[in-house]
Amino acid sequence: MRGFYGKALTAAAALVLSTSLVKAADVEVLHWWTSGGEAAALNVLKDNLAGAGTGWLDMPVAGGGGEAAMTTLRARVTAGNPPTAVQMLGFDIQDWAKEGALADLTATATAEGWDKVVPTALQAFSTYDGKWVAAPVNVHSTNWIWINKAALDAAGGKAPETWEELVAMLDAMKANGITPLAHGGQAWQDATVFDAVVLSLGADFYKAAMIDLDPAALGGETMVEAFNRMATLRSYVDDNFSGRDWNLASAMVINGEAGMQMMGDWAKGEFLKAGKVPGTDFVCIRFPGTQGMVTFNSDQFAMFNQTDPAMQEAQVAMAKAIMDPVFQSAFNVVKGSVPARTDVPDTDFDDCGKKGMKDLAEANTNGMLFGSMAHGHAAPAAVKNALYDVVTAHFNGEYDAATAATELAAAVEAAK
Amino acid sequence: MSAATQDTAVRTGRVARTFIYLVLLLFALFYLLPFFVMLTNSLKPLSEITGGNMMSLPQVWTLDAWRSAWSTAQIGVEPTGLKPYFLNSLLMVVPAVAISTMLGALNGYVLTKWRFRGDTILFGLMLFACFIPFQIVLIPMARMLGLMGLAGSTPGLILVHVVYGIGFTTLYFRNYYASFPTELVKAAMIDGAGFFRIFWRIMLPVSGPIAVVSVIWQFTNIWNDFLFGASFADLDSMPMTVALNNLVNSSTGVKEYNVHFAGAILAALPTLFVYIVAGRYFVRGLMAGSVKG
Amino acid sequence: MATQSIDADFRTRLQDWIPKLVLSPSLAVILVFVYGFILYTGYLSFTDSKMLPSNTLVGWENYTKLWALSSWITAIKNLAIFSSLYIVICTLIGLTLAIFLDQKIRGEGVLRPIYLYPMALSFIVTGTAWKWFLDPGIGLEHTMHLWGWESFSFNWIKDRDMAIYTVVIAAVWQTSGFVMAMFLAGLRGIDNEILKAAQIDGASNWQLYRRIVIPLLRPAFLSAFVILSHLAIKSYDLVIALTGGGPGRATELPATFMYSYTFTRNSMGIGAASAVIMLMTIAAIMIPYLYAELKEKKE
Repeated sequence: MRGFYGKALTAAAALVLSTSLVKAADVEVLHWWTSGGEAAALNVLKDNLAGAGTGWLDMPVAGGGGEAAMTTLRARVTAGNPPTAVQMLGFDIQDWAKEGALADLTATATAEGWDKVVPTALQAFSTYDGKWVAAPVNVHSTNWIWINKAALDAAGGKAPETWEELVAMLDAMKANGITPLAHGGQAWQDATVFDAVVLSLGADFYKAAMIDLDPAALGGETMVEAFNRMATLRSYVDDNFSGRDWNLASAMVINGEAGMQMMGDWAKGEFLKAGKVPGTDFVCIRFPGTQGMVTFNSDQFAMFNQTDPAMQEAQVAMAKAIMDPVFQSAFNVVKGSVPARTDVPDTDFDDCGKKGMKDLAEANTNGMLFGSMAHGHAAPAAVKNALYDVVTAHFNGEYDAATAATELAAAVEAAK
Repeated sequence: MSAATQDTAVRTGRVARTFIYLVLLLFALFYLLPFFVMLTNSLKPLSEITGGNMMSLPQVWTLDAWRSAWSTAQIGVEPTGLKPYFLNSLLMVVPAVAISTMLGALNGYVLTKWRFRGDTILFGLMLFACFIPFQIVLIPMARMLGLMGLAGSTPGLILVHVVYGIGFTTLYFRNYYASFPTELVKAAMIDGAGFFRIFWRIMLPVSGPIAVVSVIWQFTNIWNDFLFGASFADLDSMPMTVALNNLVNSSTGVKEYNVHFAGAILAALPTLFVYIVAGRYFVRGLMAGSVKG
Repeated sequence: MATQSIDADFRTRLQDWIPKLVLSPSLAVILVFVYGFILYTGYLSFTDSKMLPSNTLVGWENYTKLWALSSWITAIKNLAIFSSLYIVICTLIGLTLAIFLDQKIRGEGVLRPIYLYPMALSFIVTGTAWKWFLDPGIGLEHTMHLWGWESFSFNWIKDRDMAIYTVVIAAVWQTSGFVMAMFLAGLRGIDNEILKAAQIDGASNWQLYRRIVIPLLRPAFLSAFVILSHLAIKSYDLVIALTGGGPGRATELPATFMYSYTFTRNSMGIGAASAVIMLMTIAAIMIPYLYAELKEKKE
């Protein structure tokens, strides 16, 4: 595959990159976990594999929540040079499985009993046509609110449990002279809030609109109400929100400039990095009206077809290492998400992590675990982005609620 | 250094000169402003930035972000910093720039001094090629590289960058040579000088300024390319920009803005170096010498 | 004597072929890697390609879908505003700076890299710096308020109708220095004797530049136009880093549109259709211009 020049380069690069020599049973891993905590967490997996004699060739490509890595993947597959293992989200796994490009992990999964410990809603993505094609690493849940404890106390001290209580609290925070809601105006952030709002109007409604893409639900009265709630939330966001990174929105809550942020569990990382303690400095609650329900997205590793038996063995070893409960715990403690298997002990997790694990298990048993639309686990990419277009246009004042609902139904229909 | 040869015939009065200096300095300020933001923020601890202090000077000065970006920041699973990726980029950029600039010079020379029937159409075809959107190139290019056995290698990347650079380098040289007196070339031909001899002795010596432009353009574009680097490189040929992008881009991770800024400046140092060094050849007056010689 | 003439004959014929031989490798790769790929894209635009290329033909469906998308219309409109402003402003600034810098300026060696350096920086990061600088809450407006100018207001980046102009500002900042370099090269390539002769004839500086220098820079204008329009059409990083296409979708450009549909939305067919429309638009503008520009040169 690599020419003479490439070999010479490999030798030169080996001086600086100690891991770049190709051995028979190494896995080349394409992923986008490159920021400090994430990459360090992934290093745990690498070390575990090294212990089992499998080398790790790192191929990180960050950007756009995995979009850049997926572009790279397409180029590599087209060139006939696919990586051995690839980090993937939701529908991408299904798309690649449909192309027949993914290795079958069913034998390993059956032997290890994955189907008993992985939540059913996740299995919908990890399996294709009854075969296991991916090993899930984590579950992020997205219907969280992060509240500054001091701001909460100043606004009455009781965490809101209904929409009305939430609005009352936002009003109180406004009266206290802070920005009630810290938010970054990027399409995916708007959609993250939208997910939670839709879910708060009922699990059945969420399922009908976001997962089944039922036109009646998408364009109906309840959806108009959802957009009205979005407009209400918009009125508690400061005017400079557009384009702001979510990290800076978190910083506003951390500094007490803002009262709360609606964001997935990864936001916890920013709070912890700033030396804040869950329970004393900040509080994590589910979006009011969604307690007991969880919208999730899940990072998984899929293996690309290999003919070399040594490589196939390495892929099996990697899949096993990913599903190892000890790794799942260690990784997710650092990442801020919760393990993708429900039988992992929660001893090492902080309060928010423990709550996240409990909520996940509960939602799984009650059938209240749903893929997040904003994070590509409810509908394929084309539909997700069509929804982004409408939600973000409405949030920026281009549509009123009724128009937005009509547009939403039309856009989803066109993208299906 | 080169001031002596930068002779222009235009004379300007004192008022005009003051005005000129003023405009030049104002623009320098405009260009430097974002750099100021980047530099000051790279010298702050992260807490100061997220604390809302983005435009002012650091309260605590620190080089930690620079150290981190250079050698300890997480690029992939290993905390290597940007350091190891410089070599990969250089091994790709230097040959690609040299080849594309040389081809551009030769093409420009042919298209202006060795005209033949249909040459204008050929030039038009090359020019229009500059506009091909890279998004549509990606998939077929990957297939071609795979077929040629160059997928995931530095030679493959060099090929890609040369292919999509020729249009520009040809454009620069052709338009520069267009104003070079053809009589000189004709005279040399009558003297019996051949194609390459004329190129080497007459054209190249006067090509300093445009070669600088071409090298700057190619070096910057290739050095800063992300799309091709991310798509056609393997782990042992991964260029700097992909590493920088990994350092900077994270969707669900903590953003260390100070490290990002330090990394961006570090990554730009080789290009800046080229601008300063190549700038020395930005001189006038060589033409007179070659005409008489 | 006879052998010599045959030899000479061979040499002239060789001299005839050498230029074409020299040009041929470049032409060959361009035919395959540019025009071949354009044809392939044209083909893809008539297929139902989603994540990977497919061979199922669907007729004009992708084009119908494309023109029904409001974000595509926005992208086209934005490109018209953005590219015209960007090309004109960059050319003006570049030319002015080049002429001024050509006046035996002390410190040219320092100023030149300062004008050029924005090109060197990856926009993934400078975008953040610009974003903060333009953000009313933290940047220029905030600083002016701190300095006591309370009424100062600059919130274009947050305004749906004005945000595209902030993209122009940042884009001009990034490339006008390079345009300066192109014009400077052109100026340095002009033979001084011509200028001196004109001066002896009593031409003023203004006349000198208007009548002699600028017409001589015509090829450099062509280079600048091609480079700038190329950059305008391909502006991607800039928009992504500065506004992410927002507020809402207000700063979407065809390049971001194309990438988004081809890669992140898994609608390669629509992406290809948009590329074909883009290329045809470029051709419609460039071909008459190139024709006029290059034809005149022949005389």
